[in-house]
Order: sequence, then C-alpha cells, then structure tokens
Amino acid sequence: MVPLSYYLILSGILFACGVTGFLIKRNIITIFMSIELMLNGVNLSFVAFAAQWKALSGQVFVFFVMVVAAAEAAVGLAIIISVYRNRETLNVDRVNLLKL
Amino acid sequence: MTANLHLWLIPVLPLIGAAINGLFGRRLSRQAVAGIGLAFCGAAFAMALWVVSQFSSLTPPYVEYVAHWLRAGAFQVDFAFFLDQLSLIMLLVVTGVGFLIHIYSVGYMWEDSGFYRFFSYLNLFMFFMLTLILANNYLLMFVGWEGVGLASYLLIGFWFVKDSAASAGKKAFIVNRIGDFGFLIALFLIIQHFGSLNFNHVFHNVAALSPETNGAGLLTWIAILLMVGAAGKSAQIPLYIWLPDAMEGPTPVSALIHAATMVTAGVYMVSRSHVIFEHAPMALMVVAIVGTLTALFAATIGVCQTDIKKVLAYSTVSQLGYMFMACGVGAFSMGIFHLMTHAFFKGLLFLAAGSVIHAVGGEQDMRRMGGLRKKIPWTFWTMTAGTFAIAGFPPLAGFFSKDAILFRAYVSPYGSWVYWAVGLFTAFLTSFYMFRQWFLTFFGEYRGEEPHDQGDHGHGGIHESPKLMLVPLVILAVLSVTGGWIGSSRFEMFLAPVFSSHTTAHLVAGGSEESRMLLSEIEKMEHTELLLTIASVAAAGLGLFLAWFLYYRRPQLPQQIAAALGGFYQTVLNKYYVDEFYAAVLVKPLIDGSSRVLWHGVDQGVIDRAVNDSATGANEVSDAVRGMQSGSIRSYAGWVALGAAAVIAYMIWMGTR
Repeated sequence: MVPLSYYLILSGILFACGVTGFLIKRNIITIFMSIELMLNGVNLSFVAFAAQWKALSGQVFVFFVMVVAAAEAAVGLAIIISVYRNRETLNVDRVNLLKL
Repeated sequence: MTANLHLWLIPVLPLIGAAINGLFGRRLSRQAVAGIGLAFCGAAFAMALWVVSQFSSLTPPYVEYVAHWLRAGAFQVDFAFFLDQLSLIMLLVVTGVGFLIHIYSVGYMWEDSGFYRFFSYLNLFMFFMLTLILANNYLLMFVGWEGVGLASYLLIGFWFVKDSAASAGKKAFIVNRIGDFGFLIALFLIIQHFGSLNFNHVFHNVAALSPETNGAGLLTWIAILLMVGAAGKSAQIPLYIWLPDAMEGPTPVSALIHAATMVTAGVYMVSRSHVIFEHAPMALMVVAIVGTLTALFAATIGVCQTDIKKVLAYSTVSQLGYMFMACGVGAFSMGIFHLMTHAFFKGLLFLAAGSVIHAVGGEQDMRRMGGLRKKIPWTFWTMTAGTFAIAGFPPLAGFFSKDAILFRAYVSPYGSWVYWAVGLFTAFLTSFYMFRQWFLTFFGEYRGEEPHDQGDHGHGGIHESPKLMLVPLVILAVLSVTGGWIGSSRFEMFLAPVFSSHTTAHLVAGGSEESRMLLSEIEKMEHTELLLTIASVAAAGLGLFLAWFLYYRRPQLPQQIAAALGGFYQTVLNKYYVDEFYAAVLVKPLIDGSSRVLWHGVDQGVIDRAVNDSATGANEVSDAVRGMQSGSIRSYAGWVALGAAAVIAYMIWMGTR
C-alpha cells in the first residue's frame, strides 16, 4: 500500500502548482485552471486521509467540493465569455476598469 | 397640624406664570403678559395673606411634606416646606413687596421690547425666592439660593446687547459662585456630621452640643462657611463687588432683587441657622466684624458716587452690613426687623429713583439733575419718606430698626462699643449721602439738558410717571413711614419662638440664672438706650445738616473739599480700587495661569498634541501600508498565500514543539 505521506506530498505539489499558476499567469482561463488544480490538490488530500482513517466523511467532502467546482466552472466560464465579448482580451491585467 | 395649608402652591404659582409668559409670551399682547405676571404673583401674595390668617391656629414650626426627593442610605432629602414666624415674615415681605414691584414694572417696562421676557424672569425669581424661604432643608434652600442667583443673572443682563450689562451679569454670577462654594462645603460638613440636612434634625443635634467657646471647632467652621455663602449672596466684604455693578439691570430689578429680597437671603440664611452660629461665638464675631466693616466701607463709597442708582446700591450693601452686625451680636430678630423695614424703604427708594430716571429721560447722573421737586411732586414726596426712613429719623421705619440694632450692638453679650461707634458713624454717613442725593436730585437748579425725544419713551419734557408706577410708590412710602411702629420689642416677641433655643428666648422668658442677670442688666440700661437713641438721631440730623450745607447752601464747597482731599478723594471715588485690586491679585493671575499653563501648556501641549499626533501617526502608517492595497488580484492572492503559509508554518511549529 502506498503510504499516506506520498499522497500528501503529491497533494502539496499540486496545490503549490495551482498557487504558482494563479499568481504568475495572465490568461484568465489558465488562472481558472490553476484554481481547479488547487481544489483537486485539496481533494486528493481529503481522500487520502479518508482512506487512511477509514472515515467516509472525507469522501463526502470531496463530492461537495466537486459539485461546487462544477457550479463554479459553469459561472466562471460564463463570466469569461462575457468578459471576452466586452473587452476582446483574456489578459487579467487589462481587465482593470474597477481600479483607481 | 390640623389644617393643610398647601404651602407648595405659594412658590409654584409664580412658576406657572413664568412658564406661561416664557413659553407663549411672545405671541401674547402686553396686556395679557402683564395680567398673567401680576395674577400669579398676586395669587402668591393672597395665598401668603391667607396663610397669615391661618397662622394663629397652627403650632409652628409647621412642616408640610410633599414628596421624596433623594435617598442614599440613611441620608434623605424631601420636598418639604417649613413655616414658622421667621419664614412667615419673609413670605409677607417677599410676596408683598414683590407684588408691588410687579405692578410698578408694568408701567416702567411697558415700552421695552422684552416685556414678556421680563415678567417671565420676575415670576421665575419669585418662585425661587419663595422656595428658598419655605424650604424645610438646606438642600431645597440651596436650590432656591441658586435659582435666585440665576434669575438675578438673567435680569442684570436683561439688556444683554449692552456690553456692560452682560458682563455685570456674569460678574454677579461668578462672585456668587465663590460664596456658594463656601455654602456647599458647609452643607457637606453638616451631612457628614449630622447625617441630614433637615432643619429640625440639624438644629436639634447642634443644640445638644456644647458651644465652642475656646478655639474653632466643627461648628465654627460650618458657621463661617455658611457666612461665606451669605457674604456672596448678600454682598458683604469681600464679595460685595457684584452688587453695584448689578445696577445695570432695569430699576425694578434693582428694587426687587438687589435691595428688597434676594440680597437679604444671606441674612435669612444666617438667622435660620442661628443655632449653629450661637454655638460658635467665634463665627458670630466674624459675622459681626464683617457686617460692621461692610456697613462703614460701603457707606464711605456711597458718599462719593454720582450715579443715583450706585448711591442706592452702596447704601444697600451698607444696610445689609447692619443686618449682619445685628446677627453677629446675636440679635437675629433685630436683623430681620431691619431686613423688613429695609425692604420697604429701599424698595421705595429704588422705585422712586426709577421714576426720577424715567422723568428725566434715562439720565442717571445726579450732577445733571436738580430742581425736580416741583416737576415730579409724587416722586419727590415718596422719595422724601424713603430718605428720612433710611436716615433713621423718628418715627419712620428705619429709625426703629437701626436704633434697635445699634442698641443691641452696645449691650449684647456678643456686642461691643466698637460696633456701636462704627455703626453710629455709618448712620451719620448714611444720612449724609442720602440727603446729598435728595438735595442734588430735587433741589437747586435743574442742571441737565431738556430730555430729547428718545423714540421709545415718547418724551415731552420732564414729566411725572404714570399712575401704575405711583401707586406702589405711595404704598411703599406709607409702609416706610409706619413699618417700624410695630416696635422692636413686639417684633422680637413674635420671633421669639424661632430664636428661642438661645439667648433671646432666655431674655424673654427669663430662663437661666445667668440670663436673668443679663435681663436685669438690660433693664438697668434703659437710660442708656435713651442716650443711644439721642446719639443716633443726632447723627442722622448732623448728616442732614451737613448735606444741606454742602449741597444746598454752598454747592461750590464740595468740589473744593474734594480738591483739598486730593488723593484720598480719588481713592474713595474709585471705590478704594477694590475692583482693580481683585483684578490684579485674583483675576489676572487666574487668566495668565489659565492661558499660559492650562491653555498653552496642558490643553495645547498635552491634550491637543496627543490627539493631533495620533492622527498624524495613523496617517503615516496608512501611507506606508497603502502600497499593499494595489488593486491587483494577484498581489492579493500572493498575500493570502503568504499568510496561509505563515499560519501553516506556525501550526507545524506548535505541533512539533
């Protein structure tokens, strides 16, 4: 059996990748994908703990996260399309109308 | 205690009048305002008369309980009223003289734009004064005490657009606060040691103590602090300075508040607390000395004044000094007797002076009057009655009361011939300056200009005042003539139950061995009394003669004398530079200290600085931190990530420790 720490390290790497992508990427879709990556990193750690402690609540949490992520993806993509139609760009640094 | 007198109505009635006039007076006609003011004041007077008619069926002191006020542990203060012979006399004087002055004011203030305001204030004053008189405890008395101070402030500064009037009002208020401070401390001492402010309770407990004959103990301090309060309210040395300035108010105010009633509150308070004073001979001596000095001091200033109202103001201070002299030698009932006659004749003199001022179109300087005798005969004759009364000519009111005080000052166990001598000299001065005023105003040639039309007066030459103003003058003149005929001994008998706990009662009832000896001693002094009477009448006559000689026969002489006296005359003319002295010694250091230390040092240097610096600090910190608020999502996310990392690191560190 694969030890828990492997899963946790992978989970950490995935999360870190997500954070890094979120911070350095300019394209909205890439940023969006980075967020998904972070969520899935967390999901991995949830199921890993659930398997380790033989507790189902971790798995249930993952389902919740997945549902929320799906809803988020639907809303987020709609927003992205709307942004693209209005601004003709997906670069977040150009979408700055609310800044001073 | 069978009948319920509803004493509470007496103060409340004028309060209702004050409220109606104060709240709605602006919309009412002058007739309505005057009607309301007079009706409620008159109702109080009628009520007082009714109380007098019921008085014989009471067993004084009659106490009327109205409501609880304060309760803190065992200490309790009630809204309760107290009626005995002393408050009865005060009640009659205040409501009676007050009502007459209300009538006079209708005529005097008719043209004034603040007519309704004036009557509202006057009624308010009546409310507080009656509360002061009828209070059953020191705290309720203090409420009235402060209230009359407030009414006095409002009325002195009645013409507040005039700068001098506004500052005179402030001066009166502030100087009175100094006295009230003493009064308050005395009340605190009474609470601390007797656990109550109720008159009956306190006096009962004090009477159980033995007199503090050697050294100053608790009672002496209480009494002296009470005297400080009385000196403030009743314009005694060293707090008399506000009263002459208070003449900035309308003349009826000077008559009512600054001659007849409010300023006598101090005498009333000292008399009411006679038990405390009698147990503190040193305090009594202080009272007598202060009173005697004030009488003399104010009389000398009065001699040099040229403003008709200022002369009367200093005369009031001087007469109040007499009353305190009487209290100080233990002859409280004589003080109250003089208080009553003084209310008649000084009220009259002020009102008559107001009538003179009215006649000559607002002029107050006696040097620009003269020869008014024929033009305003009613005013002349009433003022003559007042002048002869205050000078102490028999058989007018002032003679009886002043003579009784001088006699007591001489024979009383607390008295001394020094008081008598100074009092006699003051009587001479009083007679002199009053007749000086009389001659300057009514005799000789008219020295002023014809009063020109002043718009608000509708003047056509010198003219007599309207009937509305003359009626109170005539009534007061009659009282000034006849007021003393009660006789000091009958007056004293009437008041004896009030002052019974000590000397006077023993004199009347022939109590202990010692006082019976005193009584016989006084009987032996019958012929002394006659001599003293002759002396005081002679002093009054001398004053009249000197005034006649200097201001009627040889009008040039006073200026030559003044020139000959030079510096001394200047000093007296400038009121001994007391105001200047206070300004230099007390006011200026206070202002300097306030502005340098408290304003620039503490307020600006510490308090303002702390506030300003914390504001500047907040600004600077914000400037530094503002960079974080860039508006870039990624930088926020970076901060969040960093924060999360920090939290996790901390938790790991905590977990592994």
